[in-house]
Amino acid sequence: MLRFLVRRLLQAIPTLLILSILVFAWLRSLPGGPASALLGDKATPEKLANLNHVLGLDQPIFVQYFKFLGRAVTGDFGNSLVSSRPVMSEIGTFLPATIELGITAMIIAVVAGISFGYLAARFRGQIVDNVIIVLTLVGVAVPIFFLGYMMQDLLSTPLGLPSQGRQAPGIDATVVTHFAILDGMMTGEWDAVWDAIKHLILPALALATIPLAVITRITRASVLDVFNEDFIRTANSKGLTQPVVRQRHVLRNALLPVITTIGLQTGALLGGAVLTERVFNFRGLGFLLAEGIDKRDYPRLQALLLLGALVYVLVNMLVDISYGLIDPRVRVR
Amino acid sequence: MQQLRLTRTRRAALIGLAGALAVSLSACAESKRDESGGGGSGGTMVFGNTGNPKMFDPIFNDEGETFRITRQMLDTLIQNKPGTADLAPSLATKWTPSNDGKTWTFDLKQGVKFSDGTAFDAKAVCFNFDRWYNMKGATAQSQMIYYGDVFEGFKNNEGTTTGKPVYQSCEAKDDHTAVLNLTRAKGAFPAAFTLPSFAIQSPTALQKYNADKVTGSGTSITYPEYGYKHPTGTGPFKFESWDQGNGQITLVRNDTSTMPQPAKLDKLVFKVIPDENARKQALKAGDINGYDFPAPADYGLLRNDGEQVLIRPSFNVLYLGINQSGPNGAKLQNPKVRQALAYGINREQFVRSKLAEGSEVATEFVPKAISGYTDDVTKYPYDKDRAKQLLKEAGAEGMTIKFYYPTEVTRPYMPNPADTYTAISEDLKAIGINVQPVAESWNGGYKDDVQQNGKQDIHLLGWTGDYNDAGNFVGTFFGRKKPEFGFDNPDLFKALADADAAPAGDAHTKAYQDANKKIMDYLPAIPIAYPTPAIVVGPKIKGVVASPLTDERFDTVTIG
Repeated sequence: MLRFLVRRLLQAIPTLLILSILVFAWLRSLPGGPASALLGDKATPEKLANLNHVLGLDQPIFVQYFKFLGRAVTGDFGNSLVSSRPVMSEIGTFLPATIELGITAMIIAVVAGISFGYLAARFRGQIVDNVIIVLTLVGVAVPIFFLGYMMQDLLSTPLGLPSQGRQAPGIDATVVTHFAILDGMMTGEWDAVWDAIKHLILPALALATIPLAVITRITRASVLDVFNEDFIRTANSKGLTQPVVRQRHVLRNALLPVITTIGLQTGALLGGAVLTERVFNFRGLGFLLAEGIDKRDYPRLQALLLLGALVYVLVNMLVDISYGLIDPRVRVR
Repeated sequence: MQQLRLTRTRRAALIGLAGALAVSLSACAESKRDESGGGGSGGTMVFGNTGNPKMFDPIFNDEGETFRITRQMLDTLIQNKPGTADLAPSLATKWTPSNDGKTWTFDLKQGVKFSDGTAFDAKAVCFNFDRWYNMKGATAQSQMIYYGDVFEGFKNNEGTTTGKPVYQSCEAKDDHTAVLNLTRAKGAFPAAFTLPSFAIQSPTALQKYNADKVTGSGTSITYPEYGYKHPTGTGPFKFESWDQGNGQITLVRNDTSTMPQPAKLDKLVFKVIPDENARKQALKAGDINGYDFPAPADYGLLRNDGEQVLIRPSFNVLYLGINQSGPNGAKLQNPKVRQALAYGINREQFVRSKLAEGSEVATEFVPKAISGYTDDVTKYPYDKDRAKQLLKEAGAEGMTIKFYYPTEVTRPYMPNPADTYTAISEDLKAIGINVQPVAESWNGGYKDDVQQNGKQDIHLLGWTGDYNDAGNFVGTFFGRKKPEFGFDNPDLFKALADADAAPAGDAHTKAYQDANKKIMDYLPAIPIAYPTPAIVVGPKIKGVVASPLTDERFDTVTIG
């Protein structure tokens, strides 16, 4: 098993190296440059040349790459050109927001998606089913940024829910972990907890929409399949009550494909988070990435893209390892 | 057992529903923004910033989003009179140039203290001037964009920085008199003393927090802690905190400030909201009390909602650049072709239909508010027939030109580049010119291609002024040969250099008026419009005076 693990780890290294070259080459091939983005309207050829020199962007591309790689392996991705703070420290500051938003959105999507999907299947062909089917179609079709703006326009003021940021300006909550709700609970600042929850509602709803719609549809289809299974007929004919049949037999069996979908949707959530965080000014990794692209912030983009790749490689490794644990034949190969 | 579980589930669902309703109701109750003034005190104003500040040592900064914040904390020797680009006393009550323009004597305001309790005096002024001039390190010098522009060099130029310094020395004659000696007269003065980069900061704080230690390695620039946590000036507000995670900068009233008086607000918060639509939503939702650069298309909507849209007097210019060394440079070198372009564009209609209220047709490259502006220049009113005739005379009928315009950007002088391109290209087509459009992303190479590579025949660009001097406009554009315009006109270059060196006053103004006449005769590019950006604040905010230089001070603001 140990040899298998080591082999998989070693295989990940060239993958990451190739990714680092691709990310580096792609960013450098983009027209414009960080110096130009940093200097804005006042950029002159002399100022650009000066800043490019200071940033080392006038050096040969392979020199720039090896310097970058040398620092990256020690976890030093340099300072952001936008904020001039160390990129890794920025990621530490902004990651909790994305986790907070993603988890909330997935809780909404899973709870509501399974409930709606089950309801639609239970009342198949009736008005409830039709309404849910139409809504899920709309949910999948509407782009997140449009939905976000609609929510801000229509829901924010009437419900008194904040449309921007993670915290109201007057709150001044103590920051411990950067998880706003957790920090408020740890320090006993319940106003801050309440405020953080309110700030989460609209962006989480916007982000939850697509997974919610997908989970609803999969649940509905799966529940309908199970309804038609022989063992349900058997359960009914044994005289079990309907609630018992539904909970013990239908839901339990129908949930297997739903759980797979939830896994896939969780992965897809990050893409949606970029747009949601941008629209709601919810300062997480998606916001950081979008701002980095706008400003051609090379250090930040390199770190974020490589971090994404690293997570992907690690997740794949975990999957492979779990296969290996389950099926010894994989290890032998 | 099954029934019991169901009951629990239902109960939980009911509790959840009740909780959600409570959230909504309580939220409704505290919806609209608190503009009551915070219980009898000055209250808190929250302003929507369009971008992140870099950090708060203004000498290393060159962009408006940072300056909007540093202006509230750090004062310059001279400032702009509220609502205008005229000069007004600030830390200096009086400024006097010598006859040759090489010495400036500042009489300083008395009884002023920095927010760390140390005294503001002539020694502090000279400490700041010396600090800038003696700045070491290529990284630090490259970040001092405005100092480099205005003072043209350092004691020891490092890296790629070159130039002969304008600064010579600073003497503290007594506590309240600072004398600045220059190596030569410079037209930018005294207006450049208003630049937020040249704010006077506490020498004690600068030294204590090692403020000059700017380092660069790889693609990174690291600034000392001073700029993030300890900016120390004499202004009506002082720094309290910068929450990076929430994009929020909090300033509090500096009760010891006498510049010009303590602020009325208790707290001033800047919230970073990059998206324009999101800023609008935040204002409507009551999350912020104002923001900058509303889209002109939203002015009416905002006013209908009761917000105050304050129009700034124009301090910028939108122009159509002409590149005489571009693909069609040979034809564009012919003055008749350039004149044909100018006569062929219906600028009146464009300004009326596409720009915000208050915008005007530009007749030259400096706005009216700038000294050096003159009405006595050659004008090119819309005349389609004359344009066609000039093209015919030049043998350029049916010529094809590459017209570059930017995308993914909104600038104060160009709210909608695509609209601007469309209007102008339709006019050019109407006089028989074939237009080849080239749209490029602003940060994706547009500026590089037009300003450095000179790939275009014509292009759209503009400029927002930094201070009240014509050289900041025409000197920047046409003071020397540049890939953007591709012409070489030694006579014009000399006129602009002479104007820059002319001592402040009437001679300086006259020199720029003459240069402006020459420019409009030669027509190296076509001034299109003086657009007017705006700032928007909530209905209960009082005391904001819209500034042409985006120099709004919030010390006069009251709520309620």
